[in-house]
Amino acid sequence: MTPLLSPPLLAVRDLHVTFGQTEAVRGLSFNLHHGETLALVGESGSGKSATALSILRLIEREGGRIAHGSIQLAGKHPSDITTLPAAALRALRGDRIAMIFQEPMTSLNPVMTIGAQLCETLALHRNLRGRPAREAARAALERVKIPEPDRLDQYPHELSGGLRQRVMIAMALICEPEILIADEPTTALDVTTQTEILLLIAGLQEETGMAVLFITHDLGVVSEIADRVVVMKDGTKVEEGRTAEIFSTPMAAYTQELVAATPRLGEGAPPPRTEVEPVLRVEGLTTVFGGAGLFSKGKTTAAVRNVSLTLGRGETLGLVGESGCGKSTLARSIMRLVEPIAGQVELLGCRIDGLSPNALKPHRAKMQMVFQDPYASLNPMMAIRNLVTEPAFLHGMVSRRHRRVMAASLLEKVGLPAEAVDRFPHQFSGGQRQRICIARALSVSPQIIVADEAVSALDVSNARRVTDLMARLQQQEGVAFLFISHDIAVVERVSHRIAVMYQGEIVETGPTAEVLRNPQHAYTKRLLSAVPRFDRLSLSAQQTDHSELRTVDSMPA
Amino acid sequence: MIPYLARVLVKAVVTLFAIMTVTFIATRFSGNPIDTFLGEGLTTEGRQALIDYFQLDQSLWQQYLAFLRGALSGEFGLSFVDRRPVTEVVAERLWPSAQLLLASIGLTIAISLPLGVLAAVYRKSWIGSAVMVVAFAGYAVPAFVLAIGMILIFSYWLDWLPVVGSSTALHFIMPTIAMSGVLVAALTRFTRNAMLDVLGQDFIRTARAKGLGEMRVVLRHGLGNAAITVISVIGLQIAGLAAAGSVVIESIFSWPGIGQLLVNAAIIRDYPVLQFGVIAVAFAVVAINALTDIAYALADPRIRLGQN
Repeated sequence: MTPLLSPPLLAVRDLHVTFGQTEAVRGLSFNLHHGETLALVGESGSGKSATALSILRLIEREGGRIAHGSIQLAGKHPSDITTLPAAALRALRGDRIAMIFQEPMTSLNPVMTIGAQLCETLALHRNLRGRPAREAARAALERVKIPEPDRLDQYPHELSGGLRQRVMIAMALICEPEILIADEPTTALDVTTQTEILLLIAGLQEETGMAVLFITHDLGVVSEIADRVVVMKDGTKVEEGRTAEIFSTPMAAYTQELVAATPRLGEGAPPPRTEVEPVLRVEGLTTVFGGAGLFSKGKTTAAVRNVSLTLGRGETLGLVGESGCGKSTLARSIMRLVEPIAGQVELLGCRIDGLSPNALKPHRAKMQMVFQDPYASLNPMMAIRNLVTEPAFLHGMVSRRHRRVMAASLLEKVGLPAEAVDRFPHQFSGGQRQRICIARALSVSPQIIVADEAVSALDVSNARRVTDLMARLQQQEGVAFLFISHDIAVVERVSHRIAVMYQGEIVETGPTAEVLRNPQHAYTKRLLSAVPRFDRLSLSAQQTDHSELRTVDSMPA
Repeated sequence: MIPYLARVLVKAVVTLFAIMTVTFIATRFSGNPIDTFLGEGLTTEGRQALIDYFQLDQSLWQQYLAFLRGALSGEFGLSFVDRRPVTEVVAERLWPSAQLLLASIGLTIAISLPLGVLAAVYRKSWIGSAVMVVAFAGYAVPAFVLAIGMILIFSYWLDWLPVVGSSTALHFIMPTIAMSGVLVAALTRFTRNAMLDVLGQDFIRTARAKGLGEMRVVLRHGLGNAAITVISVIGLQIAGLAAAGSVVIESIFSWPGIGQLLVNAAIIRDYPVLQFGVIAVAFAVVAINALTDIAYALADPRIRLGQN
């Protein structure tokens, strides 16, 4: 178990990657050894994905260019990847170096069967066709522990996200590569599925001895899987070292910041508020989908089943559960963006279920929503001053002349400069956009804000800033939040109470600390055990001294 | 797939029924047939005899039922001019039109798909720009201008190609090109846009990461997915051509097709021919749409398998 003493399998030296005029990677160097897992960690925009794509020279297809540096691949046929001709490069891809991607939902070709996509690689690199290829493809699916591996004739849309990621892994490993590059392979998955995939990769690595370059922004995941870590910021390496050391004694200021910003389960939740008057009361809410088409046979599925909950003034209720459990549908049913078929919704003492659209309109101002994707939820054609004041304008709370002034004060409330009112959404980063979304919700001074995965698309430091902002707004204005997330650690940090949702029902609810410390329902227990925790690791950090292997680069100016 | 097919067929039948009904109502409201097609010089007895014969004194509902009965048994009446069953008159014009239509669609697909793919793959080089310039130019030239230009050059000046009729393969060249012109331009642009869309998707990156050659990435993974969009556009275009697009070209080249027949029937007020012609064209359009839906399902497993 001393992989570090052997010569590196892959040596990246002084890598520079540019997109047009901007430099995404600036002088990055690292080694990857046989059998080790190296994590490349950083926020979005830090250049980690550009690095991953450069190793297969796929970066050229994404509009980027390797401007300088070398990527040496050792082994039977040593070569410098940066200078390989196209044919030799293709022979390498999928055979010696394979890659899996973040989005299992879109990374498989939707019009080809799983079998055809697996066999394609075999035909290319192993010259295997027909029955032997199908046998090998089946074996590959068995290896990634897909239940009922007889799925060769299925299409990607027939599989869940977790299964698709398994198929991606099977496809990547089918030619037994020496290096697997995994670019955020679990970011789009639920925690429970994430654990399964991480275990699978670790198991397969042990079996085959391949090296894994694991790219992620999630320090929890790093602690679960990596032997060593390279921390990146703005295209440069700020720190490199053994995983346990990085977590226990981060040396670079940026690493310290990153570790501090990462939510950890068990850090403590806000204490439950006592005797607050309820602003929202939901009773027996049920929403079904399907059965409405002219020719469909009336088959319906209940996305939300008999849900009851209350939300007090100035309180945050965290709603957790895996994707597809009905969290978002519940939020939309409460907002009456979809029509529930049964149940009551009482907003500030008024029943709003069954109200006509016109009768509902004045109530809408009391309850606003912030969505997951800050890129898709702002109209790119509208200036910020109009975007953030649109709800207030629609509800007649601001005159046309005063929109600008109102926009400026709203922006200041969410910590953005007032001059930004004349800009457009594309001029802001993801975190800033989410602030703009919050400002928009605030424009009508709502009693309740429903935040549906509002920080899930942001990296840890931005997520932290947004949740801090929410907490401040809650204190200042007494807003109640229904905070929906699949990330329990974030939910813990912001929620007074917590509700766990599973298959359309709320299976457990209570004060956050209590539910997390002493979960009652089997699903809650499973969910909690799946959350990566790097505090387990830091305890054993100082057992071996590898300080000579650590390097800390100075923070870029 | 079976429930999907059943649904496509039910929709087609319902649409056809609606078209037959609308055709019936539209012709009834266009004026009294006796006045229009016999006009002056009719005795009162003769007039009454005709009204009795055509059952024009019956209620609109009775007439409608009689029309449906006739339609279901294939009787759509006699042409006023030829005194032959309109089904016969229209049928002999359908095939030449269909031939021209098929030739144009074949030519369009043969040119547009490769050009569209090229334009997408080389969108940043002069090749892509050149293709798009040609496509835009094609879009801007009306079919009849193209037709007349070709007649002037290839028939009048060079005397290479025949202008009138449909008897030999040479007769097909100019009408086919004239009809395809705008279609080629449109389909090339659609193919390019669909390909650009698909080539930016994640699974294309996956295909490249496997080590596949560009040819296979673009054709198998790219075009295989872009085909879904392209098929629906082709279907719409064929349906549009079948409905009305061929009238001008058929008139210019004296093509003995249904477009020309319908125009003549309208001018001389041969209502039975017009009425059945419209129904026949509608039938063709509905059939093409149903076929498009089926092709769509064949190209996209999400449609094919999603219904069960």
